[in-house]
Formats: sequence, C-alpha cells, structure tokens
Amino acid sequence: MTQDTLLRVRGLKIGATIYPPGERPRDIEIVHGVDFDLAPGKVLGLIGESGAGKSTIGLAAMAYGRGGVELTGGEVHVNGRDILQSGLRDVRRLRGAEVTYVSQSAAASFNPAKKIMEQVIEAAVFQNKFSKKDAEARAIELFRKLGLPDPETIGNRYPHQVSGGQLQRCMTALALCPEPDLVVFDEPTTALDVTTQIDVLAAIKEAIRDTGVAALYITHDLAVVAQVSDHIMVLRMGEMVEYGTVDQIINDPQEEYTQALVSVRSINHEEKLPTDNPLLRVEGVTARYKGTNFDVLKNINVELHPGQTLAVVGESGSGKSTLARVITGLLPPSAGTITFDGRTLTPDLPTRPLDDLRELQMIYQMADTAMNPRQTVGTLIGRPLEFYFGLKGKEKQTRIQELLDEIELGEGFQDRYPAELSGGQKQRVCIARALAAKPKLIICDEVTSALDPLVADGILKLLLKLQKIEDVSFLFITHDLATVKAIADSIAVMYQGEVVRYGPKSQVLSPPFDDYTDLLLSSVPEMKLGWLEEVLESRKMESAGN
Amino acid sequence: MLKNMPISAMIGLSFTALYFLMALFAPLIAPYGMAEVVGDVWEPSSSEFLLGTDNIGRDLLTRLIYGGRTTIFIATMATILSFVTGAVLGFFAAVSGGWIDQVLSRFVDLIMSIPSLIFALVVLSVMPTTMFILIVLMGLLDSTRVYRLARAVAVDITVMDYVEAARLRGEKTAWIIFREILPNALSPLVAEMGLRFIFMVLFISTLSFLGLGVQPPQADWGGIVKENKEGINYGIQAALYPAYAIATLCISINLVADWILNRTTSLKGGRG
Repeated sequence: MTQDTLLRVRGLKIGATIYPPGERPRDIEIVHGVDFDLAPGKVLGLIGESGAGKSTIGLAAMAYGRGGVELTGGEVHVNGRDILQSGLRDVRRLRGAEVTYVSQSAAASFNPAKKIMEQVIEAAVFQNKFSKKDAEARAIELFRKLGLPDPETIGNRYPHQVSGGQLQRCMTALALCPEPDLVVFDEPTTALDVTTQIDVLAAIKEAIRDTGVAALYITHDLAVVAQVSDHIMVLRMGEMVEYGTVDQIINDPQEEYTQALVSVRSINHEEKLPTDNPLLRVEGVTARYKGTNFDVLKNINVELHPGQTLAVVGESGSGKSTLARVITGLLPPSAGTITFDGRTLTPDLPTRPLDDLRELQMIYQMADTAMNPRQTVGTLIGRPLEFYFGLKGKEKQTRIQELLDEIELGEGFQDRYPAELSGGQKQRVCIARALAAKPKLIICDEVTSALDPLVADGILKLLLKLQKIEDVSFLFITHDLATVKAIADSIAVMYQGEVVRYGPKSQVLSPPFDDYTDLLLSSVPEMKLGWLEEVLESRKMESAGN
Repeated sequence: MLKNMPISAMIGLSFTALYFLMALFAPLIAPYGMAEVVGDVWEPSSSEFLLGTDNIGRDLLTRLIYGGRTTIFIATMATILSFVTGAVLGFFAAVSGGWIDQVLSRFVDLIMSIPSLIFALVVLSVMPTTMFILIVLMGLLDSTRVYRLARAVAVDITVMDYVEAARLRGEKTAWIIFREILPNALSPLVAEMGLRFIFMVLFISTLSFLGLGVQPPQADWGGIVKENKEGINYGIQAALYPAYAIATLCISINLVADWILNRTTSLKGGRG
C-alpha cells in the first residue's frame, strides 16, 4: 500500500442486534458494504439523515462499534494496517494516537470533575506521544489556534466554566493534541447556536488546514459540510448514494436523493398583510422565573393576525420559549397584558376558561416526549375531541380518521403506539392533536428542529396547507432562519429577552440591519463554496459564544 | 412472554404459584383440622403425620398450610393497601408540587424516621390485635416506602411535555395521575410490589413471633416458629419448617420480581 491513502475502507458491513418488544431478538445489517479512500490531509464529509449509518461508519475508522453495534465484514485500513483484523492491543494503540474523535456534545463528553487541560492532554501522554510538559505546551498552542480566550489559563478551568462553543473547541484541541493522522468529527456543531456554530466551524477548518490532519466530517447539514470538506459522500440507509467533490455535489448533484437534499427549504411563501384586528396582542410583557433576580422577558410587544404566522427567532437563552410559556399561562408575567381574540387572557393557567385553552394549542419540539408512550394515536387525538366537544364512539372515530387524513397519514394508524411511528409521523400526530381542538392559534415551539431536513420540509409544507384550510394562526418559535423565510408573515427577532427587531417579513429581512440581526442572518450556512470566509470578513459583531 | 423466561424465574414462579394455591385451597388440602389435637407432643414424621406434630400434638403440615393462608392473606392485603395509598399520595405530591408536596413528604420522612417494627409494637400494645388492625397498620407503615418511590418516578414523568400538554388542555389532576402518569410508572411499581410483599411476609412473621401478630389458635408461620422454638433444644425440627417456608417463598418471589424488573427496565425494547 502506498502512503497516499491514509484510510481505506472496503466493503464495510456493520450489524446490530435489535430487541423488538414481544419478539425474539434478531440481527439486522445497518451498513451494507461501503467503500471509500481518504488521502492524508484531506477532509471527507459524510452526510445523511438520522439512521443513515454515518456515525457508525465514522466510528468504524477507530474499529469501534457503539452500543452493541458490530463490525461484521469488510476491511478498514489505517496507514496500511487492517484494523478490523488487529487485536485489542493494537487497536488501543491506534485510538487516541493515530485516529481521534470529536463528539457532538462536548458538554456530555467532558468529565465535569476534571480540569480541561488534564483531559485535553490525557491521550497524548497516555500514548507516549509527548511528555506531560510538551503536551501542555502543545495544548496551549492549539487553544490559541482555535481562537479560545486566555489560551494559557483556560486549561485550568472546569468544563462548566466555559461556554458550549468554547468547550467544543477544547474538544477539537483534545482530538488534535496527540498529532493524529485522522480525526473523526461527529456532528461537532449540531448542538450549537448558529452564531456560535460559525466560529467553531471556522476554528475547526483552520486547525485542520494548519495541522495537515485528515478528517471525516459527519453531519446532516449539507451547507455546513460544504464549508470544510474536500469530498462529500452522501449516505442513505447504510448505503452510499453519491460520492464526489464538494463542488460537484453542491452544483451538479447526479442522484435524485442528493438533488432533494440540495434543494431543501425551497418553499416559497407569499407574505400576507396585517389586518385591523390582531388575534393575539402581547403588550409590555415582562416575566421572570421564580427564585431568579433577572427578567427573562423585557417589555415584549408583538401582534399576530388571524390566519398568519409570526416567527419568533433567536438563539438559545433569548427568551423565545419563555414567551410561549407566558402566552399559554404556564408562567404568569410580572407585568403586561395578553389579548386574545378581543379578550384579555388571565395570567395563569388554572383560571382560564375552557374555551381559551381550546383555542390556544401548542406543538412541541420533541414529539417523543409530547406524546404519552402508553396511549395509542387514537387516544392521543381522540382525547381533545372528547374533552372539548364531548364526541363519543362512532362520531369520534370518524373525526379522528378525518384528522389523520388531514395530516396525510391515512388508515391504520389509530391503534399504533408512538414508539411505532417515525419522527416525522410523530410530529404529524402532534399536529393532529392540536388541530382536534379547533384552535385559532397554534404555538409551534421548534417543531422542525429535531427532524431531518427532508422530513422537516414535509412538516412545514403541511403546516402551510393546514393554515390555508383551517385559517389558523401560528406563533412559530425557531432558531432556524431558513424555516422563518419559508413560512413567516411577520418576524420578531429576540436577543437576551428583548425584541430587537419586529415587523413584516420583507421589512425585517431587508437592510439596513441592526448588528444582531446582521450577525444572525449572516450566520446561517449557505450552500456555496467559500461562504464561510466571506462571512467572517464582513461581520460587525462578535457572536455570543466568545 | 413465557417462552423467553429464564430458569430462575420459572422456578420462582412455580414455587410462588404453589404457595398461593395451597393458601387458597387450604381446607381441601390439609389432612386435619387447623386446631385439632391429633397426636402426642412433637411426634416425629410418619405416614400419619408427614412433618410430625407440634408442641401440643397438632399436625404440623396442617398448621403450616393454614399458617401460609393467614400469612399470605395478611401480606397480600397489606401490600395492596400500601400500594394504593402510597402510589396515589406519591403521584399527587409530584403533580401538585409546592407546599402540598413539602407537607406530605416531610410527614412521610417523620414516619420513616421511626423504625417501623418499634412503631408497630407501640401501636399494637394499645390497639386490639385483630387481623384488620394488623393489615391497616402494616399497609400504612409500608406505604411510606411506596410513597417515596412513586413520588420519585412521577416527578420524572410530570416534567414530560405530554403532562404539560394535558395541563394546557385543562385536564383535572385525577386524569393526569391515572391516565398520564400511572401507565408510565407502572413497571417500576409492579417490580417493587414483589419486594414489598416479601417484607410484609417477614414483618407479619416477626410480629407473630413476638406474640403481637396473629393470635392463637389461628396459625401463621411466625407463630408456629414461636410455639415450637423450645423444641430446637431437643433436636426437634418443628420450628424450622415454617422458617423454610418463609425463606423459600421470599426467594421465589424475589426471583420473579428480579425477572420483571429486568424485563421492564431494559433499554432493549422491554417497555412494550
């Protein structure tokens, strides 16, 4: 084998044993023979939806199967050795020395009881790559390269003392410290806010370039992977769909599936004009959580008109979900009033009349936890019918089926449990449950964030269709500006508990921008080469993660 | 479900079933009457008296069968009582939160800080020792443990979005407790039920051994040990048979409870 292939994967097959309830355990194959090569210093992006097997393949480069996953066939050569045939002792020498790993959630991967420096140099010292002193010097050098503040002293802090974006960069330093040949990045920016993601992305890209390390970059976001990779491999259900250079995949995708991924979020939504009578009017609302001494919401004023969508945009901690809690009555505001359909809503939930509760429904981010796992779809959707309208028996059944048809699920779903549904189907059932109450307003709290892009697209289209049919208004809470562009009529941008920009969509999204909106808008990854560099050049404001 | 049952659970289940059936059909199985004196004091085992006779010449096997009936009946009733009270109060505390939770939980802490055997002895020394009092006393004392578990499980469930969704819908507390929380809290509670049942058996046996439980001539396992304990000095096994019975029942129920616990807490799809 020549030195120009660092990682050579041939016919890789990965299997796992599943334990379906009430049945015998059985073996399934989750990756069906994947081939690829990676040259030293190059970056390969692995992209696909959840369940595509991309993380599993990434870990296979370390000869590791997580959670009962087994590498059942094929070859994985690292630096010319087939690591699937090597003994445990050899594999141990490989992991943390030649191949290292950066996980999605740095917060969950760092040991909270140890200082960052101790953990960053652990692998390098353990593998006898460096002495403790040299490793520390190298770590500090890496901290500096990755743009971390106070590189000399940040290692003495504990993981909870730095921000999420910083911790993710510390983890990158950890992976680069032993001078590996290959780093596996497993969705390193997925859990971060957009404005933080861009910094981490830039830091990773620069570090890869400067150290000349090769990388496998795993993500579900094509726009992100386009910024850091040389080649992209598109995976679907354990099989390779397409492999090519970034340029080719983005600008000239051959396969239908890749084309769908590239053109996702192409919904065009005509903005509707405000009416005279807003359905929901939030006036001067200020709120704080019990036992804290600062306001999470500061003097919020927004309006939502019938049959329209108000998008509330902001990063985590900006107070957008708190606004939803105040409107629903879960958190009584300390000042301000909320008018709904001409009536003033009482501040706390128990005192609201049933009709107010019925007309104001909510859909959650995690459909998994929003549905009782012990209730069937029929019960979940049927309960509001029975509770608000007293429907029973045949009448209820018919209405449930109507709702199921409306959310495009059809027959045969009434007796299923949530565990038997896919992520997109679950979210659809949640939508049907909200619709069952015949609401005037539905609050959608990050309803598409937990879904794969193509599935999320389907949900957004469904919501827009339902809005036309049922004439319902949406208060759409999200951090994703692409979603906002697709469905909003008006937009409120939130930052640290305040609405910094508010108005019709066309107005909010056109210049001149205030500094924060500019930062937010420019941070949304675009599917084109060189976008990252352009943005970093033209920014006016440092992101919150620094 | 029964197909994949491990051998240990199978053994446990068959012994448990055996004991419960014996308790249920005691009058049909027992060779003699419960308090009937049929032979000499501490006769050795023979074809007539399979396990011999006891300290006043009653058939020991008959005493054991009737004793099992009393012991298992009291333990079962007390377990049911402790679960109903403990679980309902625990769920209620978790759902209500705030001062209701505080008052209930601190009260339970207070009761738990007194060793339950001593508490029971004090109460039984002033109250008449009837079966009803025994069941209520044991059930309520033990419900503090169930309360703790139920509250802990329910606190985790009440923060789920589906409970919040039910609240936003305007559901009453009773619906939230029985329709949203109970079905999801059932598996840990059922597994705990097995273990609590064993503690009940041990508790009633202890009380009877101390003379404050089931009163003669009623038979129960703890009581039989007490009546025959002098015999051990003379090498007579009579006191040991009820002890064996208590031990085997406890172990077999433990095996079953273990199996249920394994099935329901496994992440591999056990929560079917």
